[in-house]
Formats: sequence, structure tokens, C-alpha cells
Amino acid sequence: MARITAGIASSHVPAIGAAFDLGRTQEPAWKPVFDGYEWVRQFQRQEEPDVVILCYNDHASAMMLDVVPTFALGCAEEFAPADEGWGPRPVPTVMGDPVLAGHLAEQLVIDDFDMTLMNHLDVDHGLTVPLSLMFGKVEEWPVRVIPLAVNVTQFPTPSAERCWQLGVAIADAVQSYPAGLNVQIWGTGGMSHQLQGERAGLINPEFDQAFLDKLSNQTDDLRRLTRLEFLRESGSEGIELIMWLIMRGALGAKVEELHRFYHVPASNTAVGHIVLRPVR
Amino acid sequence: MRTRLYSLEELNDIPGTTVFNAMRSRQAYHLHKFCMSLMNPANREQFKQDESAYLNRFRMSTEQKQAVLDRDFNQLIELGGNIYFLVKLSNTDGWSTQKAVGSMTGMTPDEYAAMMRAGGRPIKGNRSIRGKK
Repeated sequence: MARITAGIASSHVPAIGAAFDLGRTQEPAWKPVFDGYEWVRQFQRQEEPDVVILCYNDHASAMMLDVVPTFALGCAEEFAPADEGWGPRPVPTVMGDPVLAGHLAEQLVIDDFDMTLMNHLDVDHGLTVPLSLMFGKVEEWPVRVIPLAVNVTQFPTPSAERCWQLGVAIADAVQSYPAGLNVQIWGTGGMSHQLQGERAGLINPEFDQAFLDKLSNQTDDLRRLTRLEFLRESGSEGIELIMWLIMRGALGAKVEELHRFYHVPASNTAVGHIVLRPVR
Repeated sequence: MRTRLYSLEELNDIPGTTVFNAMRSRQAYHLHKFCMSLMNPANREQFKQDESAYLNRFRMSTEQKQAVLDRDFNQLIELGGNIYFLVKLSNTDGWSTQKAVGSMTGMTPDEYAAMMRAGGRPIKGNRSIRGKK
């Protein structure tokens, strides 16, 4: 049967992707950010996951205009990098896993999560920047990816608790999959940042550090966070952190924290990254 | 009536922040359609050649068109826009996201970049209009 072997969270700042693509990773402004992901790149070489269920948000690249899905699951064989206004990122096409995605789609709807299913989906920096951070510059991505896009843009987003429960349902669905796959689940976005209005540039390190501290074993506090608290404390775009709770919910009650990184800033954003191992 | 954890009015109490919702999404539908059209390189070229003519292909309000021409991101958000759509415009202009975002703060790009390098805008004093905390 398939197993979830690790949960990974990371910011997905577009400027990190630009710095990566333009070969600026060793410049003073960017080196600390990329150094913070050296550990996980080594980790991934040892872990060799087969599939990543990658929770991210589409930044008005493939959805959000005509259709605004709360939870959307990518079911295609492949997903092309989106052109966000300056050409697509020069990264490999993302290969999907339609069989596992089909299984997840079936199980999640049966478990009362009314997913939107995407049979065509171009993926933007929200999905490809974490892949670059975890695997570096590669000819092809070493994993298959099932994109799980979450509405964190248009109020009301799903609640923290709803995201947690989706993670729990994903864990059950993976466990009931017959093939012996090594599956990781990633939560991306965050940490605190605000990209609009006079409050733009907001960073709240106390909120972020508390979130990281509580992610292992004080999760009840995080599940109770309201949308209002996220918007107020972590900024209008910091509410992306709800996607970390899908990841965490899928890992079960006990986890071991393997690695953590926090850095301010990348462009407008506080960068957070954590690697968790479920303890059974 | 169901009970709620807080009144949605509370969302208006966050300083310098506009919460994007379904009504705004509808208000900005044609503006956003224009923004997403810029994901196509041929459209970007046509927009750059004659911005007004290109904008006239979309059923945007006069105010929305003017705010696009002015690159007035605060006004575009006031008129329903959301930043994830709007950066398609600033990306087309070759602006960094930081430049587009900083343009809404009344600071120069250098001042805004310096604030971010120094740790960003503090939360203290920026939580609540009513409570000023």
C-alpha cells in the first residue's frame, strides 16, 4: 500500500523562482534563502519519493476568473508551466499521476470533500518554485506530482479546520491505495506577507515563529485560527498558511520535526520551510 | 440564525487592506479578463503597441481602463481588482512584484525595498483601525 513518508512546507515566492532561473542564487540577497534549502535537497536524494501531493494556490493563472474552486485536484498526465506575463519558467513539464489522482478524487468525494477535478491545468510559480527549491536545477522532475489547488485568494477561503480535515481524508485515501508508493505531501505558500494596499510589506515574525513551533504538537491552536486572524496577523496573502495545515493533517497525530528554516525577506515575504516525519 | 465567530464587518477593520470577495471578483471580471489575456505573448505585444485600443476590447469601466493606463494599483484594487491578476500587468511592464506591491504604499521603490530588507512593515500599530494596535 502507499505510504505518506514526509510532510514538507515551504513558501513559494515568485521572486525566488526568478532568482533561480536567472542564476542569481549566490548573490548576497538570495544566498541565505537558497542555503536554507540545501538540507532538504540532500534529504530528497535519500528519500526518493515517487509522488508528491502538492498543495498550492493558483495565482490567477489557470483559474480564479471564470471558475473559483475551493479545492481543485489535478488529474492530468502532465501540467505545463504557466506564462504569468513574462514567459513560462524554464523548468521541466510537471508529470502527473492520473491513476492515483483518480483514486484520491473518488475517495475524497466519498468522504464529503466535493473536489473540483482539473483535467487540464497549467501550473504557476505556486507549484514550480517549491519544486525548484526541493530538487534544484534538473532535466526532469524526479517525482510525479498531483497538484491540489486551494482558494486562498477570494474570501472566504476554506477554514483552517477544513484544511486539516482534508489532510486527514487524503491520508486515508493514500493508505487505501494498493500500489506501494512513497508519497510526500507538501503545503506551500506563506509565511506572513501582504501584497496590497498601504499595509503592503507586512511581516509578523512572532506569528510565523509561533506557527512553526505549534505545527508539530500544538496543532489544536492552529486549527482554531480564524480567517480574520490570518488576515490581520499574517497579512492578506499570509492566509496561504492554511495549506500547511492540509499537509500537517495528513501526517497523523505525532510527527518528528527534521528541519526548519525561517528568513526575512524574499521580495515581499517571510520565507518559512519545515520538514516533518510522521511517527506511527 | 447560525452563529458566527465574528461579524464580517470586522474584515473592514484591518488597516490598509481590502478583502477580495465574490462581489469584487464580479466587479473586476472584465478587468481581470484583460489581465489574464496578458499571459499570451502576442497579446502583450498588442497591448504595448496601443494600450488604449487594446483596453477597448474589454468591457471594463472607464475608471478601470484609466487606472490601468496610470498603473494605479491602489485604484485598481479599489475598483475590485486582486493583486494576483494585476501582477500580469506589472510583469508585462517588466516590473518586479516588489515594485508593483511597493507602488501602493506611498514609498519609493528604494524606500520600500529598504523597509523589506530591514524586516518588513511591523505588525504593531497595523492590526486594527478601531483599536489602533
